[in-house]
Amino acid sequence: MPNDGNISVRVDGLVKRFGSFTAVDRVSFSAYRGEILGFLGPNGAGKSTVIRILCGLLRPSEGSVIVAGVDVGKDPEGVRHHIGYMSQKFSLYNDLEVSENLRFFAGLYGVDRGIAGDRIREAISLAGLQGHEHDLTGTLAGGWKQRLALGCALLHRPEILFLDEPTSGVDPMSRRQFWDLIHGMSGRGVTVFVSTHYMDEAEYCDRLVLMNRGRVVAMGTPPELRHLVKKGALLLAKCEPLGTALQILQGSPGVAEAAVFGNSLHVRVEQAEDALVTLPAMLESRGVKCVSLKPIEASLEDVFVQLAGEQSAVRGGPDR
Amino acid sequence: MSPRRLIAMSRKEFIQIVRDPRSLLIALLMPVMQMVLLGYGVSLDAKNIPVYVYDQEGSQDSQALLKRFQASPYFDVRKTVNSYRDLRYAIDSDRCKLAIVIPFDFSRKLRDTGFAPVQVIVDGTDDNTANLSKGYARAVIARFSADVQHNWLQRQGMPIAASNGNISVDTRIWFNEDLESRNFIIPGIVALVMALVGALLTSLTIAREWERGTMEQLLSTPITPSEVMLGKLIPYFMVGMADAALCLMMSVWWFGVPFRGTLASFFTTTALFLIVILGIGFMISVAIRNQLGASMIALLVTLMPTSLLSGYAFPIDQMPAAVRAITYLVYSRYYVTILKAIYLKGVGVKALGAEMTALAVYAAVIGLLATRAFRKTLD
Repeated sequence: MPNDGNISVRVDGLVKRFGSFTAVDRVSFSAYRGEILGFLGPNGAGKSTVIRILCGLLRPSEGSVIVAGVDVGKDPEGVRHHIGYMSQKFSLYNDLEVSENLRFFAGLYGVDRGIAGDRIREAISLAGLQGHEHDLTGTLAGGWKQRLALGCALLHRPEILFLDEPTSGVDPMSRRQFWDLIHGMSGRGVTVFVSTHYMDEAEYCDRLVLMNRGRVVAMGTPPELRHLVKKGALLLAKCEPLGTALQILQGSPGVAEAAVFGNSLHVRVEQAEDALVTLPAMLESRGVKCVSLKPIEASLEDVFVQLAGEQSAVRGGPDR
Repeated sequence: MSPRRLIAMSRKEFIQIVRDPRSLLIALLMPVMQMVLLGYGVSLDAKNIPVYVYDQEGSQDSQALLKRFQASPYFDVRKTVNSYRDLRYAIDSDRCKLAIVIPFDFSRKLRDTGFAPVQVIVDGTDDNTANLSKGYARAVIARFSADVQHNWLQRQGMPIAASNGNISVDTRIWFNEDLESRNFIIPGIVALVMALVGALLTSLTIAREWERGTMEQLLSTPITPSEVMLGKLIPYFMVGMADAALCLMMSVWWFGVPFRGTLASFFTTTALFLIVILGIGFMISVAIRNQLGASMIALLVTLMPTSLLSGYAFPIDQMPAAVRAITYLVYSRYYVTILKAIYLKGVGVKALGAEMTALAVYAAVIGLLATRAFRKTLD
């Protein structure tokens, strides 16, 4: 672990309440300089709320939030010079040209006039928008809009970048390009916060914070998190019919958990060797055809399913 | 306050106004339309009042009286009918506003007793026109009566000077010499235009950012609330001043309203009034985060009092005391008073000290409140 001098964000006991609803519940974590920290979780997990608090857009109800050495709870304005933020919804001006948007934000961030021109050109080439400087922003395709928004958020060379679901609604090709840009940023020492609900994207992060219902469920590098599932083993089952197989497996002895993944099942068992023998026989006996059953490596999604399941078990049931 | 951020904000807002057809229509076409519609439409003068006549006698004397009505610019004698029923029908169907009935014994009574009644029937539906036509009709008949008297005295061989007890009123009308109601109303329309355009445009400005989702990005930058306010209002202030100039030109060169004051006093007071209007529009936009709701409320709190309680067309002196008291709270009242004085009386800022002070205080208070209205948080 890097030493404290390299901490760029430290969150301790953060609580955010909207009326009687607790959106963020006792969340603590730190982020280090140049790190890509991913926030993973379903909609409503509290990812966006945490990011907005870190940007000083929402006031924390409890706890301390230090971003780039600034106490955000006490001085939300003080943090603005140090951060770049891309909100979930595209939020540049559609009725402005590409270059007008960039010039506007360069002005708002107080980028020196002498260097603003260079920064704007860099942002345009980063977004791959050369030759489209005078296009109306509203006419751009989704991927370009996202990259332009990123370019805008980087004009003042922030130390920390907050990206709230930056790739939602963007085609896979553009998502790939976007992540290349994010890696480029982190290579230059920018700390990047990314929230996403794409599990595959989580693998690109240095470290992950798994959130569910306002709480941090787990935290660590992708391999560390996958390791959490290693209690027991994970099997991939292809069965016919799938629904019946799921019902049978969920109640079976030796099966910790079963969940649908695409057109097959992920089954977490205590003992792989035994299960590989007993499960097919049991399924066949109840009239379910077991096409294949083999051990697999746990993905982050499995981790999430497991951890979120444990959390709701603690809280008493999957739904309140 | 960073000039760099302020300029960036104003510039962006200006581009958006120019590129938004709706804003452009409000900024450019609305003032012209309002000037034309209200300038021509609202007239408190009564001219060419339609008149029907029921002349029961048809004598030389009765015709002489009717000729007076025909010669008056205030009356338009349309038709002569032969029964009360026809008269009643003409008034019911709005064919005339005034009817004159001359009795069958008009000239005989005049000759024998020196006193002859004439009946004038007035449609009182519109009290203003009714009052005016009643007054004009009395005047026409009084003049006729005086001439008849005069002729009689002459025929009796009495010197005119002997008819004593005559006091002549020599009226001089100041400021609006021709008593054109247009001259009285049009300066006030400038206030209406400012209220309408200013409030409508600014009420959209913050609400639009919320509606389109651009506000969150804006909030995450180092711009301060007062920079947001000033940066956004400067372009609208310039639009408002340009509209004021447009209104001034139209009123003078198109409608021929006299402008006797100085341009400096006109634009100084307009600037103060605009600050009040823009500040109100901005605060509404901050409070109500959708464009439709914000514009409705903006019109309600600016245009309504300006059109009803500012005295632009409906004189404050004639309002009931309670309403008159309320008008002191209506900022447009001061602006309209000043405008009318600048246009017609040509007085300087000094003579209007009280009104100027009231307007300036309003501008200062609203301006201060507006800078505090906008907060840079989402909750």
